Order: sequence, then structure tokens, then C-alpha cells
Amino acid sequence: MASGVKPRVKVPSSASAGDAITIKTLISHPMESGQRKDGDGNTIPRSIINRFTCEFNGESVIDVKMEPAISTNPYFEFEATVPEAGEFVFTWYDDDGSVYNENKAISV
Amino acid sequence: MKFKAMTAVVALAISAPLVFAGGADDDTLAIDGEEMISKTAAPAHMEETGIDTIISGWHFREDDTQSMQTDSFDNPGMIFVDQAMDMWSTVEGEAGESCASCHGDVSTFEGLTTKMPKVNEDGELVVMEDIINNCRTERMQADAWKWSGNDMQSMVALIGNQSLGMPMDVAIDGPAAEYWKQGKEMYYTRYGQLELSCANCHEQNYGNYIRADHLSQGQINGFPTYRLKQAKLISKHNRFRGCIRDTRAETFAEGSDEFRALELYVASRGNGLSVETPAVRQ
Repeated sequence: MASGVKPRVKVPSSASAGDAITIKTLISHPMESGQRKDGDGNTIPRSIINRFTCEFNGESVIDVKMEPAISTNPYFEFEATVPEAGEFVFTWYDDDGSVYNENKAISV
Repeated sequence: MKFKAMTAVVALAISAPLVFAGGADDDTLAIDGEEMISKTAAPAHMEETGIDTIISGWHFREDDTQSMQTDSFDNPGMIFVDQAMDMWSTVEGEAGESCASCHGDVSTFEGLTTKMPKVNEDGELVVMEDIINNCRTERMQADAWKWSGNDMQSMVALIGNQSLGMPMDVAIDGPAAEYWKQGKEMYYTRYGQLELSCANCHEQNYGNYIRADHLSQGQINGFPTYRLKQAKLISKHNRFRGCIRDTRAETFAEGSDEFRALELYVASRGNGLSVETPAVRQ
């Protein structure tokens, strides 16, 4: 398992209904590409976050497939329209099967 | 010198668009809405240098880099501060202690960084890395951290971040005077095959370009800084070493007495500027 993985999310705590809000997310992760070799010439196994999703009250907001060329600590910033009060659920899927979650409630 | 610098600026202004006009910009640095002192009157001891305003390195960077530092979420250096926060309460070493078991909350270190480096009771000049490693080996009986290692610089950044916005105020008189003089001497000594001193770039030519690099005043109020180039926190001594290496000289070692003295002198040239730790640079 990749060490030092820590998701961070910034969502405003409240918004007006129908407003587009900016969401920023970042997860600290080494994102080892699987292309590098160590000092002895052995391939360092790939270890990346391969998928990132965000849902709002069960509805998909964004679903991203990620590839090895993405650098350390992937950062996503996107906008979402908030129709009602509810909860954003952010999920990161690691190559090793780990799943990291973060929830943020928002009021209108 | 002044005339030469002026012609260089004029030549650049004619041949290149505004971005390359040189000099510090006039933006205002605010981190999470809190305004920083990023330009202020030079401390009294700098009278002979001809610099009347000291300027944070932030003003010499591009807009994209600058904006990363204005929001603590966008600042990649804060990842390391977060990691250090986790280490803060992690028990390590044979004594079964963590940082938290002696010091409680890290916010008790508010203001400490503004006074560093300083002379301790034994009359030795110490920097933050010394204090941390002393705690680790003496009190925690754990292994010392490597000077520019991630653990060490994350912890230096965490402690520095407690003083965010507070003006630097290192002592240069009394027992520190001797070290300060040594540091000053180094600052004006030409090193390496290129025979460059710190002052050649950072005092006489700040604002100009040295090839593609926009020279700043070489202030260290934002260290450890997150350098985009290396994608990690960079220590002061690492940057000193980098500069001296670029003059094609044999450098001093990180954590050497020479660099401690230089750190004191360079810090004193920033007396009055806000602590920006961790700053974001190119």
C-alpha cells in the first residue's frame, strides 16, 4: 500500500440553490508510474490512483479515469451546480485496491 | 553598476513583452485573505548596501506561481505541513515520547521562527534543524533526521507556519554579532570559477535576469519553500549549496557552521518581512 496517502477537499459550507460552486480536491499519493527502475535495474511496480469520482446525493458529478503519466499528488478543481442541500462524496481508487473516501456536507 | 542595470532593464523592456520587464511586481500578497508584509523598509544594518526596500521573493515569480501561495489549499507545500502535523503526535524513539508529549500543541511555537537562527545558552549559533534534531536524539532518543530530508523540512515548515505573517526579527547584536559578521563576510566573498558572491546577484542585480532566471533579493523568509522544479520542500542550506555550486565552487555542507552563519546574516537582511513558510517558488 502506498504510504502517506491523505485526501483533502475544499467545498464551501453553504451556497444558494442553482449556484455553481468551485470544488478543489487533492490527494497526496506518490503516483509511481511503473516505468521507472530502481538502482538494481528492477522495475518499480506501478502504484497510482486509477479513478476518482465525486457524487452529490447519489448523483454522479464527475468520474475520472487516471493514467500513469499523472504526477504526484493529483489535484482536481471543478465546478458543480447545487440544486439542494446535501452531501458530496469523494472517492479515490488505488491500484492496490484501497479506496479513500471524503465527505462534505453543504447547505443552501 | 546602476547605469549598467538601467540599460539592461531598458533593453529588455524594448525587446520583450511586459512580463520580462524585470524588477519586482506591484501585487499584494495575501494568504487566505490575510495580508503579508512582502515589501518593507530595509533594516538599519543594510544602509551601506544601497537597498532601501527589502522585497520577498514572491514578487519576482510568475503570476501562476504567485497565486498558488495565496490559498493554503492550493499551496502544495501545505501537504508537507499536514504530514508533519501527523508526525507531531507520533511516538518515536526509546524514550517513548512524541513532539506533542513535551510541547503540547504546535501553536505554542508561534513566533519562534521569526527569531531563528539564534545563539543558545552555550554560545553556539543554532538553527531550527538543530533544535529539532537535538530534541529527537536527546529527549526522544530517536534517530536524527537528515538535514534536507522530507521529515526534517516538513517539521521545520510546520513550526515555521505557526509564525505565518509575523515579521522576521533575528538578533544580530550581543553574542550573535560574531556569527553575523562571519555570515556577512561570506555574503560578499566571491566563490568558484565564476567568482560570484551572493551580493553580485542578489544585491546588485536583483530584478534582472541571469539567463532564464529572474533574480530576487535572495530572501529566506519563505523557507522551507516548495519548489515546483523539485516538487518538494527545499531547505535554506540546500538553496545556499545550490547557489554556491552554480558558481562552480566546492560548496559547504548542509548543516555546516559556515551555512549557519550565512543563514543568520541572510535572515537579518529580511528583518521586517513576514514569515511566508511554506512559500511556493519556481
